Amino acid sequence: MADIRNNFVGIKSPNPFWLASAPPTDKAYNVERAFKAGWGGVVWKTLGEEGPPIVNVNGPRYGAIWGADRRLLGLNNIELITDRDLYLNLREIKQVKKNWPDRALIVSLMVPCEEQAWKKILPLVEETEADGIELNFGCPHGMSERGMGSAVGQVPEYIEMVARWCKASTRMPVIVKLTPNITDIRYPARAAKAGGADAVSLINTISSITSVDLDTFSPEPSIDGKGSHGGYCGPAVKPIALNMVAEIARDSETAGLPISGIGGVTTWRDAAEFLALGAGNVQVCTAAMTYGFKIVEELKEGLSNWMDSKGHRTLDDITGRATPNVTDWQYLNLNYVTKAKIDQEACIQCGRCHIACEDTSHQAITSMVDGRRHFEVIEEECVGCNLCVNVCPVEGCITMVPLKAGARDRRTGRKVEKTYANWTQHPNNPSVRTAAE
Amino acid sequence: MEPKQLAEGIAAGRISRKKIAENFSDLHPPLDAHEAAVAADRCYFCYDAPCMTACPTSIDIPLFIRQISTGDANGAAKTIFDQNILGGMCARVCPTETLCEQACVRMEAEGKPVEIGLLQRFATDSLMDGKKHPYKRAKATGKHVAVAGAGPAGLACAHRLALKGHKVSVYEARRKPGGLNEYGIAAYKTVDDFARREVDFVLAIGGIDVKYGADIGGAITLDGLREGHDAVFVGMGLGGVNALGLGGARPEGVEDAVDFIAALRQAKDKSKIAVGRRVVVIGGGMTAVDCAVQAKLLGAEEVTICYRRGQEHMNASAFEQELAAASGVTIRHWLAPHRLKSKGGRLTGVELEYTTLSKGKLAGTGETITLAADQVFSAIGQTLDTVALGERLELRKGRIRTKADGRTSLKGVWAGGDCTDRGDDLTVTAVAQGRDAAESIHAALMG
Ligand SMILES: Cc1cc2nc3c(=O)[nH]c(=O)nc-3n(C[C@H](O)[C@H](O)[C@H](O)COP(=O)(O)OP(=O)(O)OC[C@H]3O[C@@H](n4cnc5c(N)ncnc54)[C@H](O)[C@@H]3O)c2cc1C
Ligand SMILES: Cc1cc2nc3c(=O)[nH]c(=O)nc-3n(C[C@H](O)[C@H](O)[C@H](O)COP(=O)(O)O)c2cc1C
Ligand code: SF4
Ligand code: SF4
Ligand code: SF4
Repeated sequence: MADIRNNFVGIKSPNPFWLASAPPTDKAYNVERAFKAGWGGVVWKTLGEEGPPIVNVNGPRYGAIWGADRRLLGLNNIELITDRDLYLNLREIKQVKKNWPDRALIVSLMVPCEEQAWKKILPLVEETEADGIELNFGCPHGMSERGMGSAVGQVPEYIEMVARWCKASTRMPVIVKLTPNITDIRYPARAAKAGGADAVSLINTISSITSVDLDTFSPEPSIDGKGSHGGYCGPAVKPIALNMVAEIARDSETAGLPISGIGGVTTWRDAAEFLALGAGNVQVCTAAMTYGFKIVEELKEGLSNWMDSKGHRTLDDITGRATPNVTDWQYLNLNYVTKAKIDQEACIQCGRCHIACEDTSHQAITSMVDGRRHFEVIEEECVGCNLCVNVCPVEGCITMVPLKAGARDRRTGRKVEKTYANWTQHPNNPSVRTAAE
Repeated sequence: MEPKQLAEGIAAGRISRKKIAENFSDLHPPLDAHEAAVAADRCYFCYDAPCMTACPTSIDIPLFIRQISTGDANGAAKTIFDQNILGGMCARVCPTETLCEQACVRMEAEGKPVEIGLLQRFATDSLMDGKKHPYKRAKATGKHVAVAGAGPAGLACAHRLALKGHKVSVYEARRKPGGLNEYGIAAYKTVDDFARREVDFVLAIGGIDVKYGADIGGAITLDGLREGHDAVFVGMGLGGVNALGLGGARPEGVEDAVDFIAALRQAKDKSKIAVGRRVVVIGGGMTAVDCAVQAKLLGAEEVTICYRRGQEHMNASAFEQELAAASGVTIRHWLAPHRLKSKGGRLTGVELEYTTLSKGKLAGTGETITLAADQVFSAIGQTLDTVALGERLELRKGRIRTKADGRTSLKGVWAGGDCTDRGDDLTVTAVAQGRDAAESIHAALMG
């Protein structure tokens, strides 16, 4: 049996599945249920400074997009940080940690960008014996207008400064949660590291409008006819999150900085992919909000079964295994030539591959052969782009077959080289030519 | 058991009125909006879609399903009506299992086609519930076309002609329009007086005048219509029925299936329709199945279809045969009616002879069996009433010879639907031929 115990910056949990700071971790009631269900850890819903509680809207806070049969694909929210009293939260945190010593309990914090504010709250958190803190620099709505959340997360200097204050004022590990609402995720990550943060977690939600009501012309979710951009999460954001994790994992300046992967984790496969790209563990929100806490059983079992089937013994055997395979476009092998191939037995003759290639790509798939409906790749035209594979409704029906070295590419007429050659070496590359001159 | 279930002879009200109403409710209940969205989502929006090729009216199926999935059910309905103005009835009665759904690529993929028929019903119901006719007539052409018969073929032809701006007079022998949609289709396929509502919808385009009780072959003749109009379309269906041919006097209890079915369709209260305790239906097509199933639904104890050939030869589709079996009807093959048995002028049974194929031809084996019966229905095919048409119209295999565009041997006369040699006893084919004949008439009149 694979060992899926997790050690993230010294914080131990029985599995790498934490609930992200969000409604599922808003109070003792939820967190108790989550731990009973088997979650490895939670990041408590973000606490703010002492004072009158935060006020949320009293109308709808969520917008969504759906796939077939109303499967939730993307969720958007305009909720703020906790709207419960600070001391009530702290008391509950302390009790829950006491009840569940083997689980990770991290406290998410967002206070104004002043050293005093942080110095004031950190001892209070420490007193709960929580395992660590997560600095919420990610929230794209509501708090940023008040100079917090993504307003800080978008300015690397602030991140560095706050991380440094926190490291100086507490013994607890400091995790910096990053906002994706920025052009290059590596800058805030580097700043977190420079400030001494123990780890980063990402992504927070993405600024978004999910839809517009075409009767009222109000964006959704609609509050009395008006809407505001919210934060997007759920399965739809996973590809964006994976890339950002990979970018940080492979950046030489942040290499080795622990990453807690967040964004669209819904199944054990998603989690394994985050781990492979360099995350030390994962955090989950939307999937739990969609299906309840029970999904953690599938997450744990699935990950462990897959690890067993592949002979991976611990999480360290997986973390970062895909990172070295993420490279820049210019280093991709231009001598790797593939051609689409249709398995005629599996083909159900829907013609989607044909029309996709015909209308929008390279006119490389037939629709009619000898007067019969027949879909077949014309190798002379196929550039190997993979579009047909992606539009074909039958999984595995079209495959991309690499040409062997020495074979002739019927499109270019050239022989396939066995050597690796990339754009930096290509004669059409202006910088190569300049060098030659 | 219901008290009157086992009453001897032919009796009404074998089961309660409530139970009968339940039995005759919608065979395929309509999809609700969510079910439609889920069903629509299964469509792959195929290129040159095989389902569309398989539809006799060539409805753009991938397009209308995509329109449903984007929440534009009325747009979807318009896509359907553009090709098939009786798309609502076709959605209910087409044997989709042998037409579009048979060709659906998901049939190949997983043996479970996209539910095209139900989706078509969802779209057409949605638009028709709005009561707004979706078409506007073109400017009046001044041409006047006669249409003989207000069945699916005649209605489709009339609508398309009216759309093009022609004036149309429909001559219908019966008191009600719709043809077999009104008098033939099984009651559980078209509930809530849909046939009538659909005709109203079709006629709402305007420019179509329907004359009822206008029997061609009586006071009105085909030649008379030709003289009084710029063109004539014949869509009279098959008025006659084949005789059982058993000779002798017809004992009480022997009926034509189509009459029984028509009476059922027209009955305000189906529990008033009498049915035998033991019923035998002779035939192997859709009419035989519809008759047998409906007899069973009325409360007959034993209903047996006897067909003179094997199962593989039956015209009723596999789905129809399953429906019969599921309703409790017994289907027996290789049995041909031989003699009707009666007592005091009342039917008591039917003697049948076993049959076999000998050198490709059907032959009796000499062995017989007698089935007790108080009611026998004959469902062995309908025939064209050639007398009504006069003698000059050329026939082929007993039906009006037509070209692909519906032209007959007579100048200025087109035909479509069951009455022609290209008819195949399907509502949808009748619609296609009526529509295409209208296009041909329009081209001829305006060309
Ligand atoms: C019992 C039964 C069940 C069926 N079930 C199905 C089914 O489930 N699905 C399916 O697709 N098809 C079914 N069919 C076949 C389908 O109903 C026909 O193919 C279709 O109705 C043919 O249309 P039509 O317009 O050619 O003829 P009809 O529907 O027969 O219409 C002909 C019209 O012409 C009128 N007419 C006849 N003679 C004259 C005259 N001399 N003067 C003036 N008017 C005249 C008639 O009154 C009638 O209104 C069924 C048929 C029967 C008998
Ligand atoms: C294969 C592909 C290539 C694209 N190339 C370009 C490009 O060269 N320049 C550009 O501005 N956008 C490009 N785009 C982005 C599209 O213009 C568009 O902004 C994007 O696909 C989002 O729109 P959509 O998802 O609704 O199609 C490309 C998109 C695709 C799928
Ligand atoms: S790989 Fe691209 S170019 Fe080749 S057949 Fe498929 S869609 Fe066309
Ligand atoms: S998309 Fe796939 S199933 Fe459809 S025709 Fe092409 S190869 Fe066949
Ligand atoms: S064949 Fe099936 S999947 Fe393809 S367009 Fe038609 S209904 Fe849709």
